Parts: sequence; structure tokens; C-alpha cells
Amino acid sequence: MNELWDWDAAYAVLPELLLAFLKVTLLVTVVSTAIAAVLGLVIAILRMSVPKPVAVVINFIGDFIRMTPIVVQLLFAYWTFLSVDAIVIGIAVFGIHYSTYMAEVYRAGIESVPKGQWEATKALSMSKSRTWIAVIIPQALRATVPALGNYAISMFKDTPFLLTIGVVEMVRAGLTFGGNHFRYMEAITLAGVIFLLASYPTSLLISRLEKRLAYNY
Amino acid sequence: MPTTTEPETVPAPATAATVPAIKFENVEKRFGDNVVLKDLNFEVAKGDRVTLIGPSGSGKTTILRLVMTLEDLSGGFIYIDGEPLTHEERGGKRVELGEKAQKQIRKRIGMVFQQFNLFPNMSVLENIIEAPVHVLGQSKEEATARAMELLESVGLPDKADAHPLELSGGQQQRVAIARALAMDPEILLLDEVTSALDPEIVGEVLGILRHIAATTDITMLIVTHEMQFARDVSNRVMMFDGGKVVEEATPEVMFTNPQHERTQSFLHAVLGNAEDQIGTR
Ligand SMILES: Nc1ncnc2c1ncn2[C@@H]1O[C@H](COP(=O)(O)OP(=O)(O)O)[C@@H](O)[C@H]1O
Ligand SMILES: [Mg+2]
Repeated sequence: MNELWDWDAAYAVLPELLLAFLKVTLLVTVVSTAIAAVLGLVIAILRMSVPKPVAVVINFIGDFIRMTPIVVQLLFAYWTFLSVDAIVIGIAVFGIHYSTYMAEVYRAGIESVPKGQWEATKALSMSKSRTWIAVIIPQALRATVPALGNYAISMFKDTPFLLTIGVVEMVRAGLTFGGNHFRYMEAITLAGVIFLLASYPTSLLISRLEKRLAYNY
Repeated sequence: MPTTTEPETVPAPATAATVPAIKFENVEKRFGDNVVLKDLNFEVAKGDRVTLIGPSGSGKTTILRLVMTLEDLSGGFIYIDGEPLTHEERGGKRVELGEKAQKQIRKRIGMVFQQFNLFPNMSVLENIIEAPVHVLGQSKEEATARAMELLESVGLPDKADAHPLELSGGQQQRVAIARALAMDPEILLLDEVTSALDPEIVGEVLGILRHIAATTDITMLIVTHEMQFARDVSNRVMMFDGGKVVEEATPEVMFTNPQHERTQSFLHAVLGNAEDQIGTR
């Protein structure tokens, strides 16, 4: 009973891990990535469109969010908004935190669009919104898809921080099982394997997408 | 004084026949401390084809970019069809127009760039119909039909679904010309549109522009080093130096009998022996 690895315990914990993975880890990753992708783009465009002082304020807030640990932000938000469901806090904090990184990626992507493209839109009297939607964003995205994908994976790997605010994500589920059965090794190992099995194909997919986008251009 | 038309000496009422397509009034353009254009005054009549010549750095591109509103005007006024382009005089003060008013005027102006500037994320057809559909409000069918006509006229009817980066430079520039024409501009600005092209395909692009000049009444402001082309399409040539018009004349006079010493030395430098060079293309 005290050997390093117990297959019975592994089989017993696996369904619990998978359930927590689907219900929490994956949900938070997907929803937060979507929030970060959209909010990041909004921030990047806002920063380029608002008057300088406003942009400075937006930059400062962005720097502040990026320069403090996500765990601290989770705990801060959790204790500030006590009445809000912890998983909602988690999704919001992850989404906002990573939106500041994604805004940087978008900024670099937008700046990589040649000046001549902007001039052509003006010479055609295109509206601001068409300029962004039809010309600038599609070209900026091409350069940013890989970086955005890598941030999504990074966020995915950050989800265990949610256990600090009591959300039962996969690692928390494993620890609970471990506490109840005095077997931690199987739960933690399997959690790691599940993370790997999800991240690795995703990163392959991203690099394939990267090649495809580069080729089409 | 060389052969010129001087509309400002004729105090005529502002009717369609006499209002110039483009009018520069005391235009000044600075980049930081570098004064590129100062007190620049000239007019381009409707339907005129004016070629700007002059040494590199004399401000030719800047003039075109000012008309396209790609550069901010440091001082003075530009009028299109008698209407202010970016600034107007109001109560003795020089005030900038709102974006909406500027856009209304800008719609009448088209530009073809040295580097083509096609949108690489769109097909050739999408490049051409983008502005007609979203700016002019044409239906997609209407815009597509017109785009196909234009592609036909630039000799690329089979490239509608191609992407710009699959095309040669000459083909890209022909698409860019079609894209500009799809907006039915009253004024077309051409800034060294063949300088980025290999010498053997310069001719195909110039041929198309000659055809456009011959078959439309679009006002054209042209910057080019192709003197034979300038001679063929333009009815007026303006020589720039030091941010000023030093001489203007018909191409015949300008290229065979330039009056100003600066023009003579410039033409000598670009043409070598003028009699030998002109008429070879
Ligand atoms: N964006 C810019 N910033 C600073 N200086 C500029 C800029 N564009 C043009 N200039 C300067 O303006 C002058 C005229 O340039 P340009 O209009 O391109 O001349 P041309 O087309 O006749 O060769 C040059 O001295 C050039 O260095
Ligand atoms: Mg130039």
C-alpha cells in the first residue's frame, strides 16, 4: 500500500480529474482566452486612437497589471468582490491579466502593417472602422496568431492558481482526492500528464497555423 | 515668362468653367525646421494633365501628398473645385475643417503610389470593390461589374481572384490603377508610379496611363522621370526647385526650349543630350 505508484488510486482519481478539467480548467481557459483576445485588441486600438494623456493612463494600468503576480490579483479580486462566484472572479482576472499581454502583441502586429497600407485606405476615403476591420486587423493578426496561441497555453498552465481562491480546478480536485485517500502521487502526476496532453497538440496546431498564414501571404 | 495660362489675371465669376480643379494658395509645408514648400501658389485647371519635374527633394511628392491629405498643411490653403480641402479662412482666421467635410472633398481625389500599396489580405477584385461598396455605397454586383470592366481595360481580366503578392510588380501597379479609377476620381495623383518597376515592364503601365489620359477627362497631377511619357500625356509641365515653381510651360516648350537656367541644367542632367533621348520610348 505504500509503494510509489498505485494503479487503483490512479484509476480512482482519473475521472475526478477529468471532470474538474472539463468543468473548470478548460472552461476558464477558453472563456478567459476569448476575453483576453477581444479586450486586448480593444485596448491596443484604443491606445492608438485616444488622446495622448488617456493613452498614458491606459499604459500605466496595463503595466501595473503585468508587473504584479496573477495570484495576488486573484486574491485581491476575491476578497474585494466577496459576493461574486469565485469562478467568475477567476475568469475575469485571467481574462483581464492576459488582455494586457495580448494588447502588446496586437500593438506589435499593428505596427508591423506598413504605413503605405494606411495611406491607401485614406486615398480610398475608407472609414476608420473599415480601415481597421478590412485592412489593418487582418494583416496584424497574421503576425500575432502564434503569440496569442502561446499566451493561451500559458494561461492554461496558470489555472492551478485558482485553487488559492477555492475554485476546484484540476489540481485542487487532485489534492482533495489525495487528502481523502492519502495518495498524492497519482493525482499530481496525472494532472501533469493531462496538462501536457492538452498543451502539446495545441502548440503543434499553432505552429501549423503560423506556417499556413505565412504561406498564404 | 514662358508660355503659361494665368487664370488669376482673369477676374471671372466662380463658375464651373473657371474654377480650378486644384488651387494652392500660399502653401507652406515644414518638416520640423525643414521648410520644404513656402508661399507656393499654382492652379490646375479641370481636365489638365500637369507633370511636376525637378530635382530629388524639391518637394514634388510632398505636393501630391498634401493634395491627398496624407501630410498636414503647415500654412496656406488648398482648394479643390474652389472648396477648401483641409483649412479655410473664417473670420480672418485659418481654421481646420472637420473630418467629415474633409472626407467629402477627399472622395474626389485618387492616388496611385510608387509602391502600389494593394491590400495583401484581399483578392484583386476585393481590393477594387472595397471602397466603391463601403464608401460610395454601390451594391456588390454593381461594383464587381465595374471592377471587371476596369480589369479588362488594364489587361488583367483573369486575375480577379488572384492575390496581389502573386502578381508581378507591373501587374500590381495596373491593379492599383484600376482600384483608384473604381472610385471615379475627378483628380488622379500619380507619384513616380513606374519607379519601382523593372525597366521592361514600365512601358505596359505607361501605356495604360496614356490610354486613360486619352479616354477620360480626369485631372491628373503627375510626378515622373519618364520625360517622353510626360510629353505625351501632359499639357503642362512645372519645374520645381527649392520649394518654388521656377518655370512652367507646355511640354513642347519645356523640353525643347526651357527658359530658366535651373530647368536647363536639370533637363540636361536627366536627359543627357535631349534631342537624342526624347522620343526613344
Ligand atoms: N516625412 C518626412 N519627414 C521629414 N522630412 C520629409 C518627409 N517627407 C519629405 N521630407 C523632406 O521634404 C523634402 C521634399 O521631399 P519630397 O517631397 O519627397 O521631394 P521629391 O518628391 O521632389 O523628391 C526633402 O527634403 C525631404 O527630405
Ligand atoms: Mg518623390
